[in-house]
Amino acid sequence: MAEIFLAHSYLVLLLPLTSFVVIGLWLGRSNPSAAAWLAVALAAVNLAVALTVALASFGHVFEPLATGGASALVALNVEWLNFTPSLTARLGIYLDPISVVMMVVVTTIALLVTFYSMGYMKGDEGYGRFFALLSLFVFSMLGLILSSNIFQMFVFWELVGVSSYSLIGFWYQKPSAVAASKKAFIVTRFADAFFLLGIIMASYYAGSFDFTVLNDPATAKVLAQQTLPWGPGLPVLTVATLLIFVGGWGKSAMFPLHVWLPDAMEGPTPVSSIIHSATMVVAGVFLTARMFPLFAAADLTMEVVRVVGAFTALFAAVIAITQFDIKRILAFSTLSQLGYMMFSLGAAKISGGDGGINSLAYSASIFHIFTHAFFKCLLFLGAGVVIHAVHNNDLAHMGGLRKQLPKTYWSMLIACLAISGVYPFAGFWSKDAILLGAWQSGHYLTFGVGLLVGGLTALYMFRFFFLIFHGESRQETHAPLHEDPVMTLPIMILAVPSALAGIMAEHFFVTHVIPPLSSVPSAGILPHADWLPVAASFAGLAGLLLAWFLYGRGSRALVAVSQERMGFLYTLVSNKFYIDEAYLFITRRLIFDGVAAPIKWFDRRVVDGAMDAVGWLLQRGGNGVRLAQNGLLTLYLGMSILGIVLLFLFGNLPF
Amino acid sequence: MNGPTLLTAIWLIPFLTVLASLPVDRHNHGLIKKISLLGNTVNLGLIIWLTVRFIESAGSIGTGAGTGATVLHFAMKLPWFELLNIEYNIGVDAISVLMILLTGTVIVTGILASWQVTDQAKEFFALLNTLVAGVYGVFISFDLFTFFLFYEIAVLPMYLLIGLWGTGRKEYAAMKLTLMLVAGSAFILAGILGLYFESGIASFDLMKLAQVNFAPSFQLWAFPLIFAGFGVLGALFPFHTWSPDGHASAPTAVSMLHAGVLMKLGGYGCLRVAMYLLPQGAEIWMPLFLVLVTINVVYGAFGAIRQTDLKYITAYSSVSHCGLVLFGLTAMTYAGMKGAVLQMLSHGLMTALFFCLIGMIYGRTHTREIEKMGGLMRVMPFLSVAFVIAGLAGLGLPSLSGFVAEATVFIGAFANPAPLNRVCTVLAVLSIVVTAVYVLRTANTVVNGPLREQFKHLTDASFMEKLPVVILLFTLFGMGLLPGWIINLVNGAIDPIFHKVVQQ
Repeated sequence: MAEIFLAHSYLVLLLPLTSFVVIGLWLGRSNPSAAAWLAVALAAVNLAVALTVALASFGHVFEPLATGGASALVALNVEWLNFTPSLTARLGIYLDPISVVMMVVVTTIALLVTFYSMGYMKGDEGYGRFFALLSLFVFSMLGLILSSNIFQMFVFWELVGVSSYSLIGFWYQKPSAVAASKKAFIVTRFADAFFLLGIIMASYYAGSFDFTVLNDPATAKVLAQQTLPWGPGLPVLTVATLLIFVGGWGKSAMFPLHVWLPDAMEGPTPVSSIIHSATMVVAGVFLTARMFPLFAAADLTMEVVRVVGAFTALFAAVIAITQFDIKRILAFSTLSQLGYMMFSLGAAKISGGDGGINSLAYSASIFHIFTHAFFKCLLFLGAGVVIHAVHNNDLAHMGGLRKQLPKTYWSMLIACLAISGVYPFAGFWSKDAILLGAWQSGHYLTFGVGLLVGGLTALYMFRFFFLIFHGESRQETHAPLHEDPVMTLPIMILAVPSALAGIMAEHFFVTHVIPPLSSVPSAGILPHADWLPVAASFAGLAGLLLAWFLYGRGSRALVAVSQERMGFLYTLVSNKFYIDEAYLFITRRLIFDGVAAPIKWFDRRVVDGAMDAVGWLLQRGGNGVRLAQNGLLTLYLGMSILGIVLLFLFGNLPF
Repeated sequence: MNGPTLLTAIWLIPFLTVLASLPVDRHNHGLIKKISLLGNTVNLGLIIWLTVRFIESAGSIGTGAGTGATVLHFAMKLPWFELLNIEYNIGVDAISVLMILLTGTVIVTGILASWQVTDQAKEFFALLNTLVAGVYGVFISFDLFTFFLFYEIAVLPMYLLIGLWGTGRKEYAAMKLTLMLVAGSAFILAGILGLYFESGIASFDLMKLAQVNFAPSFQLWAFPLIFAGFGVLGALFPFHTWSPDGHASAPTAVSMLHAGVLMKLGGYGCLRVAMYLLPQGAEIWMPLFLVLVTINVVYGAFGAIRQTDLKYITAYSSVSHCGLVLFGLTAMTYAGMKGAVLQMLSHGLMTALFFCLIGMIYGRTHTREIEKMGGLMRVMPFLSVAFVIAGLAGLGLPSLSGFVAEATVFIGAFANPAPLNRVCTVLAVLSIVVTAVYVLRTANTVVNGPLREQFKHLTDASFMEKLPVVILLFTLFGMGLLPGWIINLVNGAIDPIFHKVVQQ
């Protein structure tokens, strides 16, 4: 029975694709509200299919740690692009613990967000179009997760990019939205070019795109022995994995390629929600986890993954404290949480020369993707309700909304507690596992950063929370607000996993979602640190209390003081360390004015000028070109025709 | 109809179309267009039939894969000018069939896109059909003399088409384009004559010449002549400068045919004549051409960034994309050559769509300056969405044809382990970022943003305008989603050429 469900797992892709095609080509224009219902209905069916596949996976895909490693199953594999007789890109469905978990997450989030959008997008003139694009987005994300080879993954990776581009720029008449969508696409495209190079390099030396081959311990050994024929003789393994990781770097918006994510807030809020909780930005983490056995064999790559992740976690958390746009705060919070997921994967390699694999750190990363999806989705959808109610994104115009938006208030409280890692909410468990993993692996500095960021998270999340819901109202108008049930229902549903997903799923993740075998031996089960959850909770509570002192009691005087005292530092942080300005300088001044403009001039003046000069010289030098201007070409044409006629007359063709 | 007759019919039909419209009154534009459309649609039908028959017979005769021998299908030889041993020698392999299919598609859509032409329509369509007949002739000729003859028939009408029906600095552009291409032809002709005399068999027969081992000293000077000669038409740096001016001045259908099909003759000739007959010359000269085409790819993309005229942007993007055709060839690997052929097809379809849409947009806004447009999505959603999709095909989005071709080119280029090749491959791959920049800049400026007051009354495409756009979109998606059958065909055709090039 289970085999039948697994064999038909491609339905998970087919349903959202159908939704996209039907709505995009036809229903979206002729009957937008039917289109929305169709999208919701198909998303619901899709969730059912995904859950069935997930249940059928037990005993096939999920196997406990004791049996030696996770297993994978290729449920479908058809030839698509044949490059050389020995190198072919296929389209397949790859079921293993992480893809099954992600499939359930994405279909769940997709259903709730699609339903919510019926309320949020009501009255928008692009109503039908929105559901078509949303379905395309979900299809691309699911395709990315279920890819059986890295080439196919790149295909869906790009489709995710383009569908998010069209959703971020959904309000295409708004210049800021258009600019944001362009920025998102180009920054991730920049990273993708390196990703593509990495794919080409890895597949050239490994002779295949398939994950089953690339993740084979033998492949890692082969790639480690090869060195590039040029440059300082780096092993192919290191270079290829680093290049591939750059793809994930951009997609998961790690520093300094993070600049597109905060701007992506220009899209409609449901879009932000799905970008942040499903597999758009998580794709980079997923890629790293997917290629884990190969990455793990390259020490330098693992080091980079860990350092980049940890730095981004801290960097984004610091910025989040100073922001006033509520969606931006959430965006920086996502960056910070992605940093957690990323450094945890990097920390799965135990510190020291021949350290083994710490399975817990890997499991913890995926576990955090899982819990984060629910509470981050909730936070965005909740922010959407708030924005919908007060018609503003700015914390300065909120405050005291607790009474007016009670359902949102309580749900958001649960989500804020969860992301701050307060016991027993979902985030506590996954964050605790991440910190424990880093500690066990001996990456003490990374652990310290993680602990600190835990405190900062509670601080910026409760600053966000208190400034929205508590204190005096700072709204400009005092019209009565209301909560649309279509929008609050998904939020309340999400509050359940935000509270319980951690405590219920921890055992499952630690024992079933484990790294596949790699060329680096597993270190087995490492000792637990009993004091660690206490320390983590203490950090979280400290942040929460600080937020209460600064913002919760409704007095903003203290805030003003701290802003003044910090002066320069505050300005620096609230301007996001001027990274955007640096990019602007690079693109405008260096690329546009420094490269493209000179090339334009060079082409017109030098290259084309040289061609014109040759013509001019000929004109001066002889009569040839003067004749040309008097109709040499007509002469030439005439002679050609005459020649052809003569050939026909004197040749001996039968016609 | 037997195979050779079918091939002959395919290049004769456009001429017959010209003849059929001769007695029509010159003011009866409608009838002239209908005759032209009818003739070329029937021809496209024949071409599709040819393709189907080719696939069937390739299955039964075998594609020649692995044997190293080129298998020509539907071949026929008739002595023509015996004194010089010139033959009417025709046949097709998979590359020719696909190129003919591309040409058929582009001319039909081009005629549909020219439905607005009223100025001297009779001459316009006569020249257009002559040009297409020449293109078909090139793709079926395996005698270098007739090959060259058809090549000239294809290139020369361009002068009049741009000079008379163009816009802007049309005389200058037409003259420049023609002189540069004719100069290229002169190189090719010198090369062909060299082949004829050096071979020792005094033959123009491509298949016979392929058996000859030309002296290395001859290959040394003949290869660059022929490669660069064809390269001019393929927009090889630094001989690409006819392209921006030419495209900018040409009327829609001419731009479509020129960028879509004629530029492909360049890559086709480089592969079929230069590399196939002179593999040792290729070996020696490739590093130089590799550097030049890498410049093409990167420089074309950067060139497009700062342009503001839609046609100039597309022209520079063509320089970059046609550069990828030659880039695939210069890799001298199996996948590289295959990618080059795929890129010819993909670029042909994509750029035809681009010029077709630009024509329609210009017909409404009366400007091609992107800074003067904006928000067109609101008044012309169909054209705008098509425009964005064409752009996405250009930046190599998977599911559209460009990705299939570019991925094959890049994988092929990397497969050559020489350090220079690797460095050039890295540069070419990174240029896809630059492509994304100019594509998104263009699409966003034209289609998105606030709508300008003076464009509020504009209307979306009519049925006749939608038709060519839908056809081209269909082919772009078709090739992008189901490339398997095309790739299988190309494999069979590349195999013998690859063996010949590599064995040296």
